[in-house]
Amino acid sequence: MREALRQGPAERDKPVMDSTIASPQVTYLNHEHTLASWLLTKDHKRIGLLYMGVVTFAFFLGGIFATLIRMELATPAGDLVSADTYNKMFTMHGVAMVFFVLIPAVPAILGNFILPLMLGAKDVAFPKLNLLSWYIFVIGFLFTVYAMVTGGVDTGWTFYTPYSSQASNTNVMATGLGVFITGFASILTGLNFMVTIHRMRAPGLTWFRLPLFVWAVYATSLVQILGTPVIAITVLALAIERFLGFPIFDPANGGDPVLFQHMFWFYSHPAVYIMILPPMGAISEVIAAFSRKSIFGYSFVAFSSLAIAVFGFLVWAHHMFISGISVYAALVFSFLTYAVAIPSAVKTFNWAATMYKGAIWLKAPMIWAIAFLGLFLVGGLTGLFTASLGVDVHLHDTYFVVAHFHFIMVGGAIMGYFAGLHYWWPKITGRMYSDIWAKVAAVIVFVGFNLTFGPQFILGYLGMPRRYHVYPEEFQVLNVLSSAGASILALGYILIAIYLVASIIRGEAAGNNPWHATGLEWTTQSPPLPHNFAEQPVVTEEAYAYEKREVTVG
Amino acid sequence: MADGAVAHAHDHHHADLQHHFDTLEQQHEAATLGMWLFLVTEVLFFGGLFLAYMLYRVWYPEAWAAGSLELDITLGTINTAVLIGSSLTMALAVRAAQTGMQKATINWVLATMVLGLTFLVIKYFEYAEKVEHAHVPGWLGGGFDPSLPRPVELYFSLYFVMTGLHATHMVIGFGILSVIAWMAYKGRFTREWNTPVEISGLYWHFVDIVWIFLFPLLYLVDRAHGAGM
Repeated sequence: MREALRQGPAERDKPVMDSTIASPQVTYLNHEHTLASWLLTKDHKRIGLLYMGVVTFAFFLGGIFATLIRMELATPAGDLVSADTYNKMFTMHGVAMVFFVLIPAVPAILGNFILPLMLGAKDVAFPKLNLLSWYIFVIGFLFTVYAMVTGGVDTGWTFYTPYSSQASNTNVMATGLGVFITGFASILTGLNFMVTIHRMRAPGLTWFRLPLFVWAVYATSLVQILGTPVIAITVLALAIERFLGFPIFDPANGGDPVLFQHMFWFYSHPAVYIMILPPMGAISEVIAAFSRKSIFGYSFVAFSSLAIAVFGFLVWAHHMFISGISVYAALVFSFLTYAVAIPSAVKTFNWAATMYKGAIWLKAPMIWAIAFLGLFLVGGLTGLFTASLGVDVHLHDTYFVVAHFHFIMVGGAIMGYFAGLHYWWPKITGRMYSDIWAKVAAVIVFVGFNLTFGPQFILGYLGMPRRYHVYPEEFQVLNVLSSAGASILALGYILIAIYLVASIIRGEAAGNNPWHATGLEWTTQSPPLPHNFAEQPVVTEEAYAYEKREVTVG
Repeated sequence: MADGAVAHAHDHHHADLQHHFDTLEQQHEAATLGMWLFLVTEVLFFGGLFLAYMLYRVWYPEAWAAGSLELDITLGTINTAVLIGSSLTMALAVRAAQTGMQKATINWVLATMVLGLTFLVIKYFEYAEKVEHAHVPGWLGGGFDPSLPRPVELYFSLYFVMTGLHATHMVIGFGILSVIAWMAYKGRFTREWNTPVEISGLYWHFVDIVWIFLFPLLYLVDRAHGAGM
């Protein structure tokens, strides 16, 4: 059979095969075909794809709400939707995007798929738990979707009490339960990954030979394990107060609504690092691979992930500078917020230094990564504006804050997700997408994104508050620019979906290692075998030993 | 699958070795580490309530003292002894499983379950007494006793949420131990492989430790003054 293939013209289209594998190629995708083989799979790769399905759906759902928001804001008057509907729109946009896109995107999709491959393991430590996590995630998502289709929720994704516990007459319970349930999926995934990294590494794969993506996922797991249970208990307490009438945060009985804010942000600020750390890991992989250089300051980048995870737990009250917290507490939290910028800056400088004098290969993943660098830089620096006590009084709850966190969440996390997705897509599907279209999409998204959120910095600085569906006429020009940018952004995202789907149908075979990259995931076939590797890989060198392999690329 | 063959040569009769692990030792280490990490999340889960407790107790010391005096210290003390006893029987069950004593494993697990159930039954009577005296906050018990100061309702909110969450963990633990008892009865545990008994033990001890914190925090507030009142 193989001899026949070697001689036949079909050989060209076949991926390069490991000599121990007989063709036709057996992969994790084609070794079983039934629906049950997907829905009951314990294979981390298939589970990664299951997450991709739900997350992509949630992304478009959240996108629809964002579209409606931007359409309403195209004119100063509230002429498209009522104030109540608008409140529901931005709430459901936030809930869908935060809990069902940003948090699971990189760890649950790319992490699930790539992490065991990077470690040279056959699977994660607890494959059944991994599948269970997906089901918990889906059940949480269904609760939330149920809440959305049966009238929605209008508390903002922050669920501040006492509005959420007493005043709101929308589906707070169902949404809260959805968030509560989904939290456990996140906890169990973090736990699974952390044990996997500790106990499943291939022979020779020491901690300081780990790819930086693994360090990033490890730091993320730490945040998931320590932070997520706190949002779970907070939302549970809110549900008990709302449903059973127990006064926990209720000021009428001496309760403290600000306590809710503390508990909420104790998770929800570190949650930002759940969203951004794994994309940072993906960016480290992409920058090293396409600069053909070992990452500059490996251990600094590795430890900066841990530093972000740890310091990230000490800054939450910077969301509450005008909530009536003590000025001394505010001072400390402001200082610590500046401190947490240091490890992020370490990463950014190290990525830039990695590119410096590198042999930069401008393929699509690298374009996405470079876009990430620029947008993350703006997002990070504007975070320092809001971290400073005096300036925050002016900027708090304005569009400046909206623009800032979208630069981090979309410009950072989502761009990083797409950098990683484009980088590992050939491994996941065994197919190459159109490099040109991928670059075009990256540019469209970059331009659309800046046009959407750039004007919002100015709007916020001029004093336009967030979460209102009407605004004074003088803000219209900037709002129209922002809405126009949003439509360009939407176009970019749709384009990605088109060429990625097209690549599955008619893409060229990718081969084992289309980027000539280091890392164990590139040593197995694409798409990988059901159990990842034909033989147990053994690691003998550090990650990113690009200097040792000279390749000529187009 | 060369490594699989090697693993099989070492651990020949182990049907319990899952395909993605190389050795039973690796599998055992992964499972125990997983359980420890899970317990870390549990600490943070309860931690949110302990934070609320701490804040409100500092704000309303009188209400906390008054609320605490409404609890039945005798039942609370008996329950504390019952739970500490169940941790002993659980530890003995783990020891029995590790030394390959099947019959003893079953008996100690069953003893732990009986003690756990005793705790829950006593807790039920405590709750029933609270309902009778209108100490249940919100509308669930038909309205909170209006003669008590307002923040006492806050105290009882936390009392019910904290002990309720603890009791929920006890019920889950009871379910886990039922499975363990059944597996022990089927002769699944050997000297080489008894990981489920051990990690269930970790969970049981954790739930026990939560109660060790809850008991003084809820029952023993200002008891020295209260006794003379």
